[in-house]
Amino acid sequence: MSGPEGRAVVEAREGDGATLRIHGAAIGDRVYSSAITFFALCVPFLLLAIAWEIGVAGWPALHKFGFGFLTSSDWDPVKGEFGAAPAIYGTIVSSIIALVLATPLAIGVSLFLSELAPRWLRQPVGFLVDLLAAIPSVVYGLWGIFVLLPVLRDPVMPFLRDTLHLDKTGLFSGPAYGPSMLAAGIILAIMVLPYIASVSREVLLAVPRSQREAALALGATRWEAIWGAVLPYARSGIVGGVILGLGRALGETMAVTMLIGNRPEIAASLFAPGYTMASLLANEFSEASSDAHLSALMAVAFVLFVITLIVNAIARWLVWQVSRNTSGKTA
Amino acid sequence: MNRRILLAIPLAAVLACGGEKKAGGTDSSAATASTGSGADLTGAGATFPYPIYSKWFGDYAASTGVKINYQSIGSGGGIRQLTEGTVDFGASDAPMTDAELAKAKGPILHFPTVLGAVVITYNLASITKPLKLSGDAVAQIFAGKITKWSDSRIAALNPGVKLPASDILVVHRSDGSGTTYIFSDYLSAVNTAWAAAPGKGKELSWPVGIGAKGNEGVAGQVKQTGGAIGYTELAYAKQNHLATAAIANQAGEYVEPSIESATAAAAGISAKLPPNTDFRISIVNAPGKGAYPISSFTWLLIPKSIPSAKKQKQITDFLRWYLTKGEVSAASLDYAPLPQPLISTLTARVDSISAGTAP
Repeated sequence: MSGPEGRAVVEAREGDGATLRIHGAAIGDRVYSSAITFFALCVPFLLLAIAWEIGVAGWPALHKFGFGFLTSSDWDPVKGEFGAAPAIYGTIVSSIIALVLATPLAIGVSLFLSELAPRWLRQPVGFLVDLLAAIPSVVYGLWGIFVLLPVLRDPVMPFLRDTLHLDKTGLFSGPAYGPSMLAAGIILAIMVLPYIASVSREVLLAVPRSQREAALALGATRWEAIWGAVLPYARSGIVGGVILGLGRALGETMAVTMLIGNRPEIAASLFAPGYTMASLLANEFSEASSDAHLSALMAVAFVLFVITLIVNAIARWLVWQVSRNTSGKTA
Repeated sequence: MNRRILLAIPLAAVLACGGEKKAGGTDSSAATASTGSGADLTGAGATFPYPIYSKWFGDYAASTGVKINYQSIGSGGGIRQLTEGTVDFGASDAPMTDAELAKAKGPILHFPTVLGAVVITYNLASITKPLKLSGDAVAQIFAGKITKWSDSRIAALNPGVKLPASDILVVHRSDGSGTTYIFSDYLSAVNTAWAAAPGKGKELSWPVGIGAKGNEGVAGQVKQTGGAIGYTELAYAKQNHLATAAIANQAGEYVEPSIESATAAAAGISAKLPPNTDFRISIVNAPGKGAYPISSFTWLLIPKSIPSAKKQKQITDFLRWYLTKGEVSAASLDYAPLPQPLISTLTARVDSISAGTAP
């Protein structure tokens, strides 16, 4: 409203007092603006440079195996045959399990914190949920090995398979050894939960009061107000948070490596061990010595990079969508 | 030049992560050593002998003042850095292949330092005495052809032992490792089907089983799962009191893994070495009484000609030191020392390292 006039006044005042310094200030401005432009351009340049380097290093493998690199299940460093399909499959499936488990939980947490929790509880619970994000992934991995895996082995996996008879679905069948796609998915769910919860909470808190008040004024119960007025308003922002969590799940390395069983094989059962791209890289990079092997690992890194980039682009787009919608509605 | 640096950033990050995963105490010293600027010699490579190398370099610096900075980045990384000439020497758990040697700037000499052995560990609550296994049985188990502990092929080796009818869960290393190399080298030597596929290497395409990270990962998984079988380094198994199997050697004698039986394996092989050997030799399934069959050297990789005369003297001095004083302290850290006849052969070989560029 008063923006342009206010700025003009300020400029005029500066002009009065600083006529002698105008020349110097102009140079300073120019130096400053080129410096920050340089810094700003550094980041995208770095991104492109990394993509370029990984792409170039992975090109021999991508060129040699072609499309088969993405579809073949044969990962044999001794024979020099490389197909990343199990790792790509494992990366996506473990991330999906993580989101299926984490999303309802995270939305529940953030709804409680933004809508229901008494003020004194809001801060500490929110802080503790955020703290989950600060735990190093190797600690999650160790916790997984010593707590999660034994619990999964007995009683969780036998319960799912034998008591609930879920083995008929094929998803929960086979021997329950512990390290499995399911274990990796669960640990990932815990790890991405704070990201989704944190974004969702912010989005829910950004829902204008008038939205809730209007629903309540129309005679809605509290639940109906949340379900009918608050959640739809925050929906695309929450989706943005979920996709941010997905990006995190796709790239997680250490905890997954410790729990997934590291077997390059596509199995229908979630009890079977699997592999992810990130854990494949972490496992094999340090001791890979042949050029073909190194190139194949770089190609895996490139595929992972591309997938993560796409996911993050979608997240950006969704966040942009929601912010545009929100400003449109408040006006 | 720029491209190098850009490549180095993610590379360094990966390597740094690799370092983090190793047992706590040793690593911090590696980090401080690598940033120290006063090192006279630098080396990089195998993680398996890192504890003993670290002790040697520490003792050597204390007695002679020559500082050696060693980064345990993995055998593959050690060979790469040596080939590129960014370190003075490398170290590896597997000998360099002909292709790798051809890529190096000049001839590279292999110096065996200590011996490693790989033990077979298992989780069978009902078995109190060490299980007896033949090389063939081990290969069949890890190939997924023997799937139950009560299989007649295992029972025949263990008369009088009541084996459970439970399933066998194979646990192998998921990370590239010299331990896997030694183990698969052994299986390839005793079982022709294994030699054809999956073969030998630091990473394999395993027919069955679960991959666990590091010795501690394999041991942890085996300890937690009844009926599991896996393999770890001898030093790790000794320090953690794992149940280990006695393995039939070439003479058909069941030998339990130990420092002495690993040294015996090296003695059995080195007695038969031709005089012009380059020491790129495998000692798995070695002949000789009391030889533990899954043993291997680990090597220092030294360029045959070293441009700087000063460094040439420092390296050869160190090599002579480890062959005399160093070997004595190996057993204190659960590494098997080289047999005596081999030490004299290697000492004579140190003299062939020359100063100046290759002729």
